[in-house]
Amino acid sequence: MIIALAGNQNCGKTTLFNALTGSNQHVGNFPGVTVEQKVGTVKSSKKDNRDIKIVDLPGIYSLSPYTNEEIVSRDYILNQKPDGILNIIDATNIERNLYLSLQLAELGVPMVIALNMMDEVRDNGGNIDVEKISKLLGVPVVPISAAKEDGIEELKDVFIRTFENKIKPQVVDFCKGGDNGGVHRALHAIMHMIEDHAQAANISRRFAATKIAEGDESMLKLLKLTTNEVETIEHTLLQLDKEVGMDSQAAIADMRYQFIEDVVKETVVKQAESKQHKTSVAIDKVLTHKYFGIPLFFMIMGIVFYLSFDLIGGNLTSLFESVIDSAIDAIRTGLINYQMNPVVTNMICDGALSGIGSVLSFLPIIIVLFLFLSLMEDSGYMARVAYVMDKALRKIGLSGKSFVPLLIGFGCSVPAVMSTRTLSSERDRRMTIMLIPFMSCTAKLPIYGYISSIMFPGKAGLITLSLYILGMVLSVVMALFLKKFIFKGKSVPFVMELPNYRIPGFKTTIMLLYDKAKDFLVRAFTVIFSASVIIWFLQSFDFRFNVVADTELSILANVAKWISPVFIPLGFASWKTTTALISGFMAKEAVVSILDVLTAGTGINGLFTVASAYSFLVFTSLYTPCVAAFAAIKNEFGSKKLGMAVALLQSVYAWVVAFVLFRLVLLFV
Amino acid sequence: MKKLSELKVGESGTIVKVNGDRILRGHLLDMGLTPNTCVKVSAMAPMGDPIELFLRGYRLTLRLEDASNIEVFDDEFKCTGNCRECGKRIKAQS
Repeated sequence: MIIALAGNQNCGKTTLFNALTGSNQHVGNFPGVTVEQKVGTVKSSKKDNRDIKIVDLPGIYSLSPYTNEEIVSRDYILNQKPDGILNIIDATNIERNLYLSLQLAELGVPMVIALNMMDEVRDNGGNIDVEKISKLLGVPVVPISAAKEDGIEELKDVFIRTFENKIKPQVVDFCKGGDNGGVHRALHAIMHMIEDHAQAANISRRFAATKIAEGDESMLKLLKLTTNEVETIEHTLLQLDKEVGMDSQAAIADMRYQFIEDVVKETVVKQAESKQHKTSVAIDKVLTHKYFGIPLFFMIMGIVFYLSFDLIGGNLTSLFESVIDSAIDAIRTGLINYQMNPVVTNMICDGALSGIGSVLSFLPIIIVLFLFLSLMEDSGYMARVAYVMDKALRKIGLSGKSFVPLLIGFGCSVPAVMSTRTLSSERDRRMTIMLIPFMSCTAKLPIYGYISSIMFPGKAGLITLSLYILGMVLSVVMALFLKKFIFKGKSVPFVMELPNYRIPGFKTTIMLLYDKAKDFLVRAFTVIFSASVIIWFLQSFDFRFNVVADTELSILANVAKWISPVFIPLGFASWKTTTALISGFMAKEAVVSILDVLTAGTGINGLFTVASAYSFLVFTSLYTPCVAAFAAIKNEFGSKKLGMAVALLQSVYAWVVAFVLFRLVLLFV
Repeated sequence: MKKLSELKVGESGTIVKVNGDRILRGHLLDMGLTPNTCVKVSAMAPMGDPIELFLRGYRLTLRLEDASNIEVFDDEFKCTGNCRECGKRIKAQS
């Protein structure tokens, strides 16, 4: 049995999903798109061995075809034909939540409503007549509290019974009540007209008719209507517009909300202004305050950064690294004692194991950072950040929701890219991902410090600052370019709910951290691991596959020599700098260590002039993201090709900017 | 009649009409900004945009640019009973 779990954002959907499935989850993508699809198996205390799978649909407010999430959800239900729909709604915000329920009920698929947060409604002196609301909607309704795991067993019993017996929602004529005569007539006329087509396409005629009345063109195509029929429908809708004095799109929405208002009037004892609402408004007086809101946000992010990259994450990383290093040393000693072939020993220790080490050393930072991010997200603060920072990002074609991922980019691109998952619009997500590498990550700081302290003594701070600013300025230029040429479409309108603040659930947070860690390890491992083995191989062998004593003879150095001429216009064309750049793809810190090794004794003074040193710094700060970031980008784009295209675009952009700046500096020096 | 974007913080109004392209209108309607709905402008972001609305028991944020597509009667408005656009229910309320 396959069940689709549908509901609004912020209604406790993830919490319910976790409560139902426990740790039996796996993550994939919906067919053809990069919208994440989570599938879980329902755990059951009873000893039946029914296999019940739950597919977690994205959080949506409607089944319109306007956002990716809506299209995905709707296509999933229409094409994959789940055995039932489990619709979770927030009882404290029942009016808007039922809007989706009405559309789901029209699909003619067995359905059960989980009425979440009933405890909160009762706490605030409200109540909902569950039996009556179930009758009015024609769908079984079960009150639950997902956070406290109350009512979950009852819910399971009800949906198993409903879906196994294939009990479809009773047909309720949502358009019948109120002053909806016009809508009612128009809808029924359309239903009548499209009946055969709907049956042929295996779509509920009621759902198809309301979608057509809303002006949903994809539905016209799906039903394969003839031009004649389309014209007749258009005529019907025009008449409707005239009759009700508003366009049919508004008339349908109005009809649904009128029905809901009537249902609510009959079944809901309205709560007094809820405690949660009052508290949230009070908190927002401070956190979105006209003058304190933005400084407070930066303070909070400062603390998150300090804890993630320094105090907790940073220290854990060093601890991790030393443990890994001593483990590698122990293995090396063991292999030497075993008299293993030295080349194999080197391959295992310097190639493979140190590659794994470099992957693992990212892990503490990722986990700690995502702990804070998920707390910010689940508490509701992230929505406030988007609200407060929206205006700043609008000019470059993004919304406030992109601000936090971009900011995290200053720490590390990997979690920054991974954190774009929470952006609801795919366009915004892709654009944000492409801008993240411009935010200079902490791994680049040693490069800036190393080179500028030698080449620009006394001005190292200034040079470093200029690189940070340059990155941000260039990201704006890139954003404007992307907006103009690549992501031409209008962004999804910024119409965002401000949910009440909530205390994040422990289980949900832990599950998310586990997911992120697994995600990172499983997918990044393959890429990073193979890349480190390849780089090690290129460094250690010459073209005749002999082990080299001098790096200059290695394949890597030779490849670097071929590539070097590319950098002549930028002022640095030594094979040493090129080797460092290639190694920098592994990890940006490697640029420093490689340069240091290759210029041992002579120092880097001989490699650079003032102008070429700056151009090298600019190029390093902008060129292709490191392999871990590349793996994350590839993963989020869902395509290796697009991932490579981003890396290439980045490198070309870096070259051009470095070239221009090199020439400019030459003019003045 | 005013645009929703013209209401000041603390003011409220009743929605008369939602304009804009199909996608934007779809979003606004779906979120409950339907004709005859009472909506209050409850706050404004620090940079002056977006605004925060209170309607149907929940809070929604909206950019001024998008809010300018929504036409409202503000609280001052008194229905005379012969305005075609406002529909029956506003009459009933006033």
